[in-house]
Amino acid sequence: MNLNATLIAQAVVFLVFVVFTMKFVWPPITVALDERAKKIADGLAAADKAKTDLANAEKRAVEELKSARESATELRSGAEKQANQLIEDARAEAARIVAAAREAAEAEAAVAAQRAREALREQVATLAVAGAEKILRKEINAQAHADLLAQLKSEL
Amino acid sequence: MSTEHAAEHAVAHAPNAGEYVAHHLTYLNTTGHKQTALVDWSVLNIDTLFFSIAMGVVGVGLLWLAARKATSGVPGRFQGFVELLVEMVSDQAKGIIHSETSRKFVSPLALTVFIWVFFMNAMDFLPVDLLPRIWEGIYGSMGGDPHHAYLRVVPTADINATFGMSFTVLLICLYYNMKIKGVGGWIHELFTAPFGSHPVLWPVNFCMQLIEFAAKTISHGMRLFGNMFAGELIFMLIALMGAAWTGFNAPSILLFFGHFVAGLAWTLFHILVVALQAFIFMMLTLVYVGQAHEGH
Repeated sequence: MNLNATLIAQAVVFLVFVVFTMKFVWPPITVALDERAKKIADGLAAADKAKTDLANAEKRAVEELKSARESATELRSGAEKQANQLIEDARAEAARIVAAAREAAEAEAAVAAQRAREALREQVATLAVAGAEKILRKEINAQAHADLLAQLKSEL
Repeated sequence: MSTEHAAEHAVAHAPNAGEYVAHHLTYLNTTGHKQTALVDWSVLNIDTLFFSIAMGVVGVGLLWLAARKATSGVPGRFQGFVELLVEMVSDQAKGIIHSETSRKFVSPLALTVFIWVFFMNAMDFLPVDLLPRIWEGIYGSMGGDPHHAYLRVVPTADINATFGMSFTVLLICLYYNMKIKGVGGWIHELFTAPFGSHPVLWPVNFCMQLIEFAAKTISHGMRLFGNMFAGELIFMLIALMGAAWTGFNAPSILLFFGHFVAGLAWTLFHILVVALQAFIFMMLTLVYVGQAHEGH
């Protein structure tokens, strides 16, 4: 247990090691530790943010789906209405065309009947004249009896 | 190892137990022989300085290796271990010293103290005769007298080393006393604390303060020195049991067995002492510097 200059040398060595540790050992390690702590905190915050973002996105998706469904329903009912309208219109048009066709046919038939009647009248007159000729056994002057024939024609 | 060396020693030079222990307790100093004066500022213990610097380079170097490649990403095992040490010291420092700026110096100080003292203490785990015998061989081959090849391998078993550190801690405490309280404030505290500011109490207070500083510093250095010196001494006494080997006879075999059992038990217990004393030295350093920050 003798004291000597080793004491002072040891103190100097001690301070040198302390300064070395302070300059080259402590700062890099504490910086690394702090940085890692920050990274972890950031990561946790990002995870939280992502979670809320996801929840928001899901909510939005549900809303979008709902509105899409609504607009689809609206569209479908509109289309149905329009289709019904179209069918109604077509039906009315068809009815109109059928009526017009029937009318035209009826008119044509009437004209034809009239014509037939006319023709018949002519033939009836001729037949009547021929019949009368046969009955009277004499030539009838068509000219003289024209009035009579016309009267007969109109009576038919 | 120690058994063989001690036995050879006994056969070759036949020193008695007292001579063996005395030889082992003599420092390799700049004079080449045992220091006789209690205090001699012209002498340096080369062995203490060599091993303390070597252990400091190893300990602080290991920390530096980890710090050099420190990454804030995923740390390796080695970096993780060093980070564990740093966190431990940092937590202790935060609990004791509340000034952020002081901690920038005091935390690395505490880490250095812990790692350095641990490695210096751990020199005790080497077989007690290993390095001295190697040095005897080197010294002898250099033409020296092997009988005077002294070497002590545990720097903390040298009171110069422990006092060198505890005095440095004292100087740091005085610096922080003046820095935190101001020179005037500190001198005021020296004379008015702990008993009061009445002028009659000034000398009493001042004496108390001096005793406090002296007691703190001396007990700080003495505690570590005492533990390590005693540990080393007991390793020598255990080695002596094996050194009493005289052939295959009952007492020799019994003593050899005793050497083995006691050596194992003391080494295992010493693992605790080495780590604990390093931790205590660090904690006391922090506590003393912390006290310098607080007014009475």
